[in-house]
Amino acid sequence: MANRIVIDPITRIEGHLRVEADIKDGKVVNAYVASTMVRGIEKIVEGRDPRDVWAFVQRTCGVCTTVHAIASIRAVENALDIVIPPNAEITRNIVTIAHAMQDHVVHFYHLHALDWVDVTQVLNADPKATSELAQSISKWHNSSPGYFADVKERIKKFVESGQLGIFAKGYWGHKAMKLPAEVNLLAVAHYLEALEWQKEIVKVHTILGGKNPHPHFLVGGMASPINLNGAGGLNMERLAYVGQLLKDAHKFINEVYVPDLLAIASFYKDWGAIGDSKFNNYLSYGDLPTDHYRNPASFKWPQGVILNGDLSKVHPVDLENTSEIQEFVNKSWYDYSGGNENGLHPWEGETNINYTGPKPPFENLDTEKEYSFVKTPRWHGKPMEVGPLSRMLVGYASGIPEFKNVVDGALKALDVPVTALFSTLGRTAARGLESKLLADWGLEFYDKLIANIKNGDTRMANSEKWEPKTWPKDAKGVGYMEAPRGGLAHWIVIKDGKTDNYQMVVPTTWNASPRDPKGQKSAYESALIGTPIEDPNNPVEILRTIHSFDPCLACAVHLYDVHGKHLSQIQIGGFCSI
Amino acid sequence: MSTKNANRKTYYESIIESGYSRRDFMKFTTYMAAFMGLESSMVGQVVKAMETKKRIPVIWEHFQECTGCSESFIRSDHPLVADLIFDHISLDYTDTLMAASGHNAEEAKQESMKENYGNYILVVEGAIPMKDDGVYCTIAGRSAIDILKESAAGATAIITFGSCSAWGGIQAAYPNPTGSVPVDAIIKDKPIIRVPGCPPIGEVMTGVIMHYATFGVLPELDSLGRPKQFYAKRVHDSCYRRPYFDAGLFAESFDSQEAKDGHCLYKLGCRGPVTYNACGTMGWNNGVSFPIKSGYPCIGCSEPEFWDNSPFTERLVNVPGMGIEATADKIGKIVVGTAVGAAVLHSVATNIAKKKELREAEKSGEENEKNIKA
Repeated sequence: MANRIVIDPITRIEGHLRVEADIKDGKVVNAYVASTMVRGIEKIVEGRDPRDVWAFVQRTCGVCTTVHAIASIRAVENALDIVIPPNAEITRNIVTIAHAMQDHVVHFYHLHALDWVDVTQVLNADPKATSELAQSISKWHNSSPGYFADVKERIKKFVESGQLGIFAKGYWGHKAMKLPAEVNLLAVAHYLEALEWQKEIVKVHTILGGKNPHPHFLVGGMASPINLNGAGGLNMERLAYVGQLLKDAHKFINEVYVPDLLAIASFYKDWGAIGDSKFNNYLSYGDLPTDHYRNPASFKWPQGVILNGDLSKVHPVDLENTSEIQEFVNKSWYDYSGGNENGLHPWEGETNINYTGPKPPFENLDTEKEYSFVKTPRWHGKPMEVGPLSRMLVGYASGIPEFKNVVDGALKALDVPVTALFSTLGRTAARGLESKLLADWGLEFYDKLIANIKNGDTRMANSEKWEPKTWPKDAKGVGYMEAPRGGLAHWIVIKDGKTDNYQMVVPTTWNASPRDPKGQKSAYESALIGTPIEDPNNPVEILRTIHSFDPCLACAVHLYDVHGKHLSQIQIGGFCSI
Repeated sequence: MSTKNANRKTYYESIIESGYSRRDFMKFTTYMAAFMGLESSMVGQVVKAMETKKRIPVIWEHFQECTGCSESFIRSDHPLVADLIFDHISLDYTDTLMAASGHNAEEAKQESMKENYGNYILVVEGAIPMKDDGVYCTIAGRSAIDILKESAAGATAIITFGSCSAWGGIQAAYPNPTGSVPVDAIIKDKPIIRVPGCPPIGEVMTGVIMHYATFGVLPELDSLGRPKQFYAKRVHDSCYRRPYFDAGLFAESFDSQEAKDGHCLYKLGCRGPVTYNACGTMGWNNGVSFPIKSGYPCIGCSEPEFWDNSPFTERLVNVPGMGIEATADKIGKIVVGTAVGAAVLHSVATNIAKKKELREAEKSGEENEKNIKA
């Protein structure tokens, strides 16, 4: 007889996530993942000016603070056939890269590390030995015995205060914690340094979009004009500021994040055989055009699908083909007018909410019936995993040298086979390895921007179709990009200059969705199967695998409504997101 | 003022004053160490902690939100957020950063609220859905409404970070599908500090907390409950492009020569003239820029109902040169929700004959502050 445990809230994520898992003989044998918050943003943008929608949908998530805005302006530009200037394309890439680096570092140190690092063990660490360890893996400057002694003293004082704050009731002393005391001290020192660095790199967004979180974007390009001979836009000082931040980021990623990742991973190699999705299908829409967004062949992050872990073949993806990407609702709290067993492409999608779950307060969801407000997307009927691991694998399988170098280098350093990538450890490692590439690309795109300006091109926006009177009466478009958490796409229908319909299929929808009509599990639920659980009351192992996906629940739940139907007419129960 | 913390007693003092012995105190600390999962060798450290002054306990609830406010909070440059949470406050519950999950996290919150009843600050990020008994946001199987009521009961004061908890925010925009409301629609008997913005500036967020930690009192608020030190001026009044507005020089399209030269963005829809915030005075991310400086008009994200004041790039009805003397208190009663609202606001600001309304606004502001001090 299996024992059902509930983890709600899952902390150190964006949003409200609940996991119910059945444990038998010290292993997860079944798992159900649900979200419990909803806002109705897709309904709220109906009837709004398409040039404003980026700001609304951006608020889908403040962690993914650039990605929905970019997908949105691309969807509108696609619908209205607007071609943006090269500088805007490059600048958007720089924004995406700065964001992905920041997001990955925050995920590693502040959201994920406490699953692997025992903060209380810092008190047993020898600062001198920690210093030797740090200097053996990196040339990062903060590495003296005195530096680590100060960090240790700070943690000691904090623990002695008796007020453990965010560290209260953590998984300290748990048998699954394997790091030597010195590695714990190193990680905690960098937890604090990363917290300082992350607020620096986002200044790229502040310069180019005015603020972070939630920088501003523009349909047709970017709002910040280039003016080297006046005081109103990006001049040499502003550009140099961006360049400096990207340089500093390159150093932090290469000298702190990646060495720490490899050091910590070397003590948890067993997690290279735990937490794979079982189906091992990986999807990447691709992004970071070196030519133009309309030319996927020019993407730094390549586009494609890998099936069954077969790295010898990459399959093409078409987001406009209505038979490729479809969403199902058989286990979600929605009804389709044509029956809940059929999938619908987002352009034809519909959502009639029909909550059948328990009324709060409740102890358990009835997972035999519908149990989630996340719909279930499928590609040609198959479950897909999206995220940094998918991007690294598609790049690796496509034979792109920089992907091969960085992946093979890490496999060699850790002395693990390529199959170890299909795992909890693989997901976490891929995020760091991807950051290494991003750090290089950030500098490349910066140089490209400068070269373009030097060649006399200072255009930043295309305003030819700014006025709605220049638009067709009916238009529809799709905008996609690669968010830190994976492939993201928005579909828009424009009618008479207004948003008639809007739908988002986001990374966490792919990964965190419930079972489909064939009974196939999505990535979270499937990856949890087989996870060893030392202590069901402190299931840190479940957190390791769930966190390895970097969940973002505000993004995942959809509330897209059939046109003209108001939510107030629909009976609803407990849940939470978009 | 009940929110003073300068004279907070240590645990040791409270326990001895309650008639317990030092021996009882030692037993209590041993128990404390046990439930915190510390080794017995650490009991001495716990004893020391109980005898020294506590950091201010903070409970941070997340309801209908995007976590953008938490993200902005960790962007704070001064103080650094690590210094804040290590040295000044004890962030005992926040699902964004805390190590514990599930029942461990909920227990940590319950214990902190019980121990610090009447002495903790409640931070709320996100709005609260009221429709259908609050089923649109549940955590650990409970509705946001229930959780808020429980957390508010023992709070010294409530800080509403962001436009969602302060005004209702995006989920409350038309047609407000889940019946979302701000905190003050539910909690009526506590001082509530509104810190609006989508999100607020990081240093504004930590500044509000540091004000309390440093001076032992809540910051002075305007009639809408916003700290005056950050929300007393309109973005328009502190905008470096203001001289272009006064001179009638405007950019009328993006990436135009006028835009490149830094002309006023009013005709591209800038909400600076009706928005109270510190963007112009402090700037974002340690003063690096703010939206207008980076070429995009202000969308008014710290104002009530700003989402329904769109299209954002369409200009407001004429708002010529309202003086810098128009402070939030004088015109704050008017809801700046629509273009019509903006017109009314303008007429109020320029037509000081409406003194009665202004007096009422000021009076309600004073009462609000009196309640907070009481």
